[in-house]
Amino acid sequence: MAMAETKKSAGSATVAAGLREAFYAAVIAFFMFVLLVGVKTDQNIHNELVLVPRPYLLATVVLIAAAVRFLQVVYLTPFLVAQKTVDAGTGQLPTAFALRFFSKPNLVIGLVMAAGLLLFGNSLQAAVGPYWGAYVGLLRAAAIIYVIAWVIFYFRSFISAHSYSLGFTILLVYPVVMVSLFGFQGSLKWVDNFGIQILIYVMLAWGLNIVVGLAGLLDLGYVAFYAVGAYSYALLGTQFGWSFWILLPVAGIMAAMWGVILGFPVLRLRGDYLAIVTLAFGEIIRLVLINWREVTNGAAGISGIPKVSFFGVISFNVSDPNYISKVFGIAQSGAYYKIFLYYLILALCVLTGYVTIRLRRLPVGRAWEALREDEIACRSLGINTTTTKLTAFAIGAMFGGFAGSFFAARQGFVSPESFIFLESAIILAIVVLGGMGSLGGIAVAAAVMVGGTEILREMQFLKQIFGPDFTPELYRMLLFGAAMVIVMVWKPRGFVGSREPTAFLKERKAVAGSFTKEGHG
Amino acid sequence: MSTAPLLDVRNVETFYGNIQALNGVNVSVSEGEIVALIGANGAGKSTLMMTIFGTPRASSGTISFAGTNITQLPTHEIARLRIAQSPEGRRIFPRMTVLENLQMGASLDKLKYFDEDVEKVFTLFPRLKERLTQRGGTLSGGEQQMLSIGRALMARPKLLLLDEPSLGLAPLIVKQIFDAIRELNRTEGLTVFLVEQNAFAALKLAHRGYVLVNGRVTMSGSGKELLADPEVRAAYLEGGRH
Repeated sequence: MAMAETKKSAGSATVAAGLREAFYAAVIAFFMFVLLVGVKTDQNIHNELVLVPRPYLLATVVLIAAAVRFLQVVYLTPFLVAQKTVDAGTGQLPTAFALRFFSKPNLVIGLVMAAGLLLFGNSLQAAVGPYWGAYVGLLRAAAIIYVIAWVIFYFRSFISAHSYSLGFTILLVYPVVMVSLFGFQGSLKWVDNFGIQILIYVMLAWGLNIVVGLAGLLDLGYVAFYAVGAYSYALLGTQFGWSFWILLPVAGIMAAMWGVILGFPVLRLRGDYLAIVTLAFGEIIRLVLINWREVTNGAAGISGIPKVSFFGVISFNVSDPNYISKVFGIAQSGAYYKIFLYYLILALCVLTGYVTIRLRRLPVGRAWEALREDEIACRSLGINTTTTKLTAFAIGAMFGGFAGSFFAARQGFVSPESFIFLESAIILAIVVLGGMGSLGGIAVAAAVMVGGTEILREMQFLKQIFGPDFTPELYRMLLFGAAMVIVMVWKPRGFVGSREPTAFLKERKAVAGSFTKEGHG
Repeated sequence: MSTAPLLDVRNVETFYGNIQALNGVNVSVSEGEIVALIGANGAGKSTLMMTIFGTPRASSGTISFAGTNITQLPTHEIARLRIAQSPEGRRIFPRMTVLENLQMGASLDKLKYFDEDVEKVFTLFPRLKERLTQRGGTLSGGEQQMLSIGRALMARPKLLLLDEPSLGLAPLIVKQIFDAIRELNRTEGLTVFLVEQNAFAALKLAHRGYVLVNGRVTMSGSGKELLADPEVRAAYLEGGRH
């Protein structure tokens, strides 16, 4: 009896606390959103700007905030605490929750749902109409994601042990899988919009990683080198008709040269000051591209940039005698070129990653990292910090230039609009979110950020819910913001925050094997 | 000491903006010597160390090392003449492992003698060997100091500059480090110039010493003489004995 009473009073105390917290949350939400959501600017019939109040929307947002907070305080937190005590007893604390979520019965449900919806989803969507069909699509996506997450969870130790070879294998077979699933025409979206787009950003972020992650030089104008590479290929390719395979190294060298040109004046700067100057540099390049009309054709850009050929042997121009479908006697399709481009950018990424890994083990790479840690100590160890910084700028810029020339070849069109500051910010965000210096983390961050942006484009069913004015891809910055907040709260050093050592003594195995036991090695 | 000294600092003046930190300092270190520079906070001890390395530059006077005038040389070229430094605040590379830190020390020779030299450092500081795969920033203060000295030794220096090797360390660790310095000097004939606030330990270790007050050398002599000097005792030793 007494027990029950204490329980009851404890319960009502929690409810009281929950109500109080909910009230605070409502007040905070009100003040946060009163201007953002509560009013909207609109044009009236006289073309004047008027404020349209949206009290109901504001009230909904505030109520949602209060309700979520209430549920969190009254139910979720006590539940998690009780769960922790129980799990502490079973001794499987860190994974207990995930184990329940990724249980085998759940997998069966997920598998059945994913398979069923993959097979019959389209006909079901047709049957229930566009509104409910949107939810069917969402459910299918959720089921597929769940199954993939389940597999990742159960093989996590295997995955982390073989992450590089596994990741590379997946990337290698990705277009094949997509073509066999969706056919040549259907695979275009997945290979081009997802695959190539993500890999371009992986390459850019890996290139920037050399400057920011390894050498510790905060560069906000990286997109300038991307632009230099793109315009080098675009101009030389259209004016002289030179092949991509000659112009790729040329674009790299041009960008590297500009890296050195930027590097010289900023040698003495670090941190915030360096960031501002590099930001200005990025803008200068863009403004030159816009205003130097005689050469760059200004804001209209350059079009008709020649396609890449397979080393001149196989062409992807329909009119050429060695067009791929004529050579192999297969049906004409634009997908061949996209698949070829996919493997090309994959090869460029592998090159970037390989060079980065090799460089980190060479004196110059070690010097970059030492420079990031302590410039004065570096100098007093006899390291020429001037050349060290310049090589970091040059090599980072070179990869930006490679990526740029690839970008120009893929688009067939370049204009200054592709090289705005936002691009630099996105690339930098990918590097920071992934974990500075970590290639794997950066690749995952690029996949999530760029892939997430593309997935938002796919979420057209949101239009059914929020009305036809709703364009989901405009919310990609929200995705970036959310990802940043989440990563910075839980993993302040980025998705993969730990730095991998590059040096081992000869008895490397002994050191690695006995890592847990100190005092041996 | 009839031959020319290894390190010769003559009439050096150094400024931070308008503030004069060194006011005509004369210091010389001969080959095979341990020389200590003692002085109070703000006397200019660390400034002298850094001036020898060219940051900040001496505004007048000359610094020569093994007959070469190094006053205007860039810092990294001064280091290439085989002057190594364990700087103030240790300045190890915190995110790099102990081994990588030591590799950075050996970058002058492109790791040519690395295996051989790293064994020497491990004999001197066995603790570093235990911490080999640990990151520099996770070491204790004493271990960081050992790493800083070890890293300097990896450069095969002719002259080792030590800036306050005892700062913030337990007396036992200080003794270990000073013993190691004495050992290096005895067996390898390493020339050492050290800056210390811990005057007693420094003067006991050193062959000769200088006292720096407000950017000026006010006294010099053998370690023993300075230890016995009543003024030095009053200013730096009384109540400060370890």
